[in-house]
Amino acid sequence: MQSSIRTPYDRVVMAVPVTIPYVRYSIESAQWWIGRALKSLVDGAGITPRDVDGFCISSFTGGLDSGIGLTQHFGLCVRWIDTIPLGGASAIAALRRAARAVQAGDARIVACVAGDTNHVDSFRYTLENFSRFNQDAVYPYGAGGANASFALIARNYMRTFGARREDFGKIAVAQRTNALRNPNALMKAPLTIEQYMSARPIADPIHLFDCVMPCAGAEAFLVMGEDDAASLKLPAVKILATIERHNAFGDDPVQVRGGWAMDADELYAMAGVKSDDLDFVETYDDYPVISMMQFEDLGFCRKGEGPDFVRQHDLTIDGSFPHNTSGGQLSVGQAGAGGAYLGVVEAMRQVLHLAGPTQVKDARIGLASGFGMINYDRGLASGAAILAGPGS
Amino acid sequence: MLQRCGACGTFCYPARDACPACLSSDLAFADAPRRGTLLSETTLHVPADVHFRERAPWRIGLVAMDCGPRLVTHLHADCEEGQPVVMSFQLDKSGQAVAFAHPERETPNMTDDRQWREMTADPKFRRVLVTNGRSVVGQEVVTALKAAGASIVFVGVAEPWKPFRGEEALRALEGVEIVPLDIGDEKSVADLAADIGGKVDILVNTTEHVRAGGLLGRQGTSVVRDEIDQTYLGFVHLAQAFGPAMRMRGSDGVNSAAAWVNILSVYALANWPVFGAYSASQAAALSLSHCLRAELRPGGVKVVNVFTGPLDIEWFQTVPPPKVAPRAVAGAIVSALKRGLEDVFVGDVAEEFRQRLAANPKAVERELGT
Repeated sequence: MQSSIRTPYDRVVMAVPVTIPYVRYSIESAQWWIGRALKSLVDGAGITPRDVDGFCISSFTGGLDSGIGLTQHFGLCVRWIDTIPLGGASAIAALRRAARAVQAGDARIVACVAGDTNHVDSFRYTLENFSRFNQDAVYPYGAGGANASFALIARNYMRTFGARREDFGKIAVAQRTNALRNPNALMKAPLTIEQYMSARPIADPIHLFDCVMPCAGAEAFLVMGEDDAASLKLPAVKILATIERHNAFGDDPVQVRGGWAMDADELYAMAGVKSDDLDFVETYDDYPVISMMQFEDLGFCRKGEGPDFVRQHDLTIDGSFPHNTSGGQLSVGQAGAGGAYLGVVEAMRQVLHLAGPTQVKDARIGLASGFGMINYDRGLASGAAILAGPGS
Repeated sequence: MLQRCGACGTFCYPARDACPACLSSDLAFADAPRRGTLLSETTLHVPADVHFRERAPWRIGLVAMDCGPRLVTHLHADCEEGQPVVMSFQLDKSGQAVAFAHPERETPNMTDDRQWREMTADPKFRRVLVTNGRSVVGQEVVTALKAAGASIVFVGVAEPWKPFRGEEALRALEGVEIVPLDIGDEKSVADLAADIGGKVDILVNTTEHVRAGGLLGRQGTSVVRDEIDQTYLGFVHLAQAFGPAMRMRGSDGVNSAAAWVNILSVYALANWPVFGAYSASQAAALSLSHCLRAELRPGGVKVVNVFTGPLDIEWFQTVPPPKVAPRAVAGAIVSALKRGLEDVFVGDVAEEFRQRLAANPKAVERELGT
């Protein structure tokens, strides 16, 4: 195992995992959802908004408000602020930035929040206005959105590595099984592999149950010093290691790997653990194919072995490889930028043993990842973190 | 055409403001080798946009160009994964330039492809109105459209009881229907539109009113008034009578309303004083065509302007060659419709004019005036 020269996240912890339960459509604004999350954070920590001196926000539907506008909206007076527009990689990036700010003493308690609303037409609006490249060179081609871009990636992956739809189906079905234990999941009905296989096509080979359901919701956590967490008597999550990478492998003709493949060794070296040591994994699952890619890129198997890895494991909470224990975005819903936080917040609950019905028995260490921003033909941002409970 | 870095030669796509290889801002559009390979494809069943929802399923793909960039592209049905393709940019129904992939080798009935027809205004299977059957150009256009597979060609003839040269040949063509049309007469145009307006998929405005002379050599305004009546007001009459129905029928199935064609003189772009008033009437028509183009665009109907130098017809008798054969104009119209182009220049005079105008418009004006 290679060694890491990076400064460890000593004496910095995460606390107060918050989820504001999702709804399919909301007439409220993104600000409303973000406000609910902030309220839950301060209530959960037993502090007042005045104690929050750092604020990190991600939102697609917040309109004209960036982080700075929101401080006035919510009456926050902070000395450190960040607005992170990295889509599905926002939570990992927020965690990394906030942890270093706290470690350096630039802030004491940072509220990291992602929240989005979902009006009846806001998803299409986001699609149409996602990025300049997207507007110029993707949207006019049938307006298939992310489904179309990932269909091109998935089809190429299937042909290159022999993945079958059944393999993706196994991931989706296991996540639905997990979601049935999560009262906050929007998907309440069981899903069988037969239902998965016979679902209507969206953009071949992507079918209905490969897609997340856009919804409204918010997710959040606090980052603070270990001593502050102790004096507030808050169960604290240790940050063993993180990685982040953007626009990796730009010369690959079609995306077959994400930035994780470039940094996974570093991730485990910094954490001082091996991939086998992890008790659960929360991948960013905008599509099952992306989760499968991460099994390879995060070192659970080699490139091209993702399909076999899935065939050989039980991915449910009580299985041999507990994966996306909340049900993931595929079964809980994708609350805009909140989707980036879903896995991180669930990982916090797991290592704190606060996950209730979705708890993995004796979970001590877990991994959460992020992936985002289909700017043109591939996801550009990737990240991951290894988190540990207080006892480990 | 793709952006190419002037500093390092890298081809770029999508359009950028700095080269991704060397960050130079010298990124002019240049002709790029058109060959590539189809890496992956998908068929969209549930597009987010109403336009495509109506047209689903819709097939797109990802192409790696031999010259470097990757293009998300519309696909011809005969393109296969892993196979070479030939790329072009086409104007879609909204007038935006979009990438389109064809198979490298010719396949049977290639131009009948459903997605390709969305990008073009192919006259095949379509119904066309040619507004002036008395002129040689009009007759050549009718012949070319029939040869290209137009199902019906309506041919406007003013005062049809008056015989004209070429009438017999025109009447002998199958699927050609002569209809009364005097475009200078608002009522005549409205009457014809009431009759066939809902059946015109392509309108080719072959109005031809050429008179020599500028300003000082003429006495009074009657000749100028005629030019305006025929060329400018005739265009207005046609547009007002046929335009609205065409715009509404832009998505009317496979044989939807597709295009409006104008034949314009290149002297619409810079005045040639020998035919000075004529040039001005052409400039007015050109300006109107841009208005029409914008107004038809929401319906997905293209406006095609075919620019020519002096035609080889009686009214340009005094002009020395080279002149453009009416048949060449007709061929250019059909070709532009098949390829989905907006502006084309026919013949050497027009092409040279285009290049000189792009290089130095002031010099062109000066040279035409001497």
